[in-house]
Amino acid sequence: MKNIEVATTSKKPIYQQLFEQISSQIIRGELATDTLLPSIRTTAKELRISVITVKKAWDELEQKNFIYTIPGKGCFVSNLTKKDKAQMMEEQILTRLKTHLSYYKTLGLSKEDLIEYIDKYYENL
Amino acid sequence: MNILEIKDLSKKYPSFELKNVNISLEEGYIMGFIGANGAGKTTTLKSMLNLVHKDTGEVCFFGMSMDQNERQVKHRIGFMFGDSVFYSKRKLKDITDVVQRFYDTWDNEMYQNLMEKFQLDPNKKLEQLSQGMKVKYSITLALSHQAELLILDEPTTGLDPVARDELLELFQELIEDGKRSILFSTHITSDLEKCADYITFIRDGEIVESSTKDDFLEQYRVVRGSKEQLKAVEHELVAYKTNSFGFNGLMRVEFFEKHPELDAAAPSIDDIMIYYAKAVK
Repeated sequence: MKNIEVATTSKKPIYQQLFEQISSQIIRGELATDTLLPSIRTTAKELRISVITVKKAWDELEQKNFIYTIPGKGCFVSNLTKKDKAQMMEEQILTRLKTHLSYYKTLGLSKEDLIEYIDKYYENL
Repeated sequence: MNILEIKDLSKKYPSFELKNVNISLEEGYIMGFIGANGAGKTTTLKSMLNLVHKDTGEVCFFGMSMDQNERQVKHRIGFMFGDSVFYSKRKLKDITDVVQRFYDTWDNEMYQNLMEKFQLDPNKKLEQLSQGMKVKYSITLALSHQAELLILDEPTTGLDPVARDELLELFQELIEDGKRSILFSTHITSDLEKCADYITFIRDGEIVESSTKDDFLEQYRVVRGSKEQLKAVEHELVAYKTNSFGFNGLMRVEFFEKHPELDAAAPSIDDIMIYYAKAVK
């Protein structure tokens, strides 16, 4: 498991930061199937965030099928097929695209304009 | 189970009144108790412990009424107030010797371990300890009699940033097993941004909000707009400031939903406290 970083100064809620970092580690396969996640209370202590915040992130991971819980044992990484992972990745990309696209649309950019920007900057950013 | 439950606690002084205070706290969590100086934090904490007499209301700890089980309840609580200097000229080992006699649950091995862990010298006098060490000594005494609830009045006041961070880390360690809870008052809101699970906000003797930290923050938005927009929403703002561009103000989220035209940002705990301080009652 890679290190997790949370910033209280970020506009993004902390549970959201946790959710995004762990879910992308699962999608990329850095967290293998059936890996035991650290307990909610230990994670809270180690990352210096509140227990409820971690609980919220773990709940969301479970609700979106990234992890499963065995009562009394803890939370484990779900067994995901390639297809599952691709679908989850698409969902996450979609969520981000929605906010980004609505911003670009307020600036009056067309699809072609955007593609031009992507061509210009993709390699360097 | 609720480790603490306060219902409609009231207390009237000639110049100050605590009105219908309701607070509850579950096992295994940290609650931060915030409010300006003089808002009633210490009075609330003292009246729940019967250190000052409440006028009305009910306080239950561990599911037991405080009024009927005071002795039993106090065995399971550790509390610390800034003004309760026990015997400042006495050595720690002498103070401990007195304190431990009150508790059947005293665990001497735990006591020795904690003294060592916190590098507390039993031969030092209480008055020789730094503020941070005094707090650690209080926590040592509380944990040694196996307190399940710590009630601490401004434990981080007067600590430098390093000592404060250390103490907050200790708080999180203490609740890690889910069996203890901590209720502490503070006016340093950065103490709470991270570690607090619950926040209770008191203003002029009344509880404005008592909820999880996330819910607390999500109830409000800091909004900004033009002077023309201000006229339309003025009565829906908790408080606001004007500047040459327009205004900034604090709004409850149910009002904000009706005004998509306003720019909004998530507030910090400080924002909420500061705007409430400006609000006219």
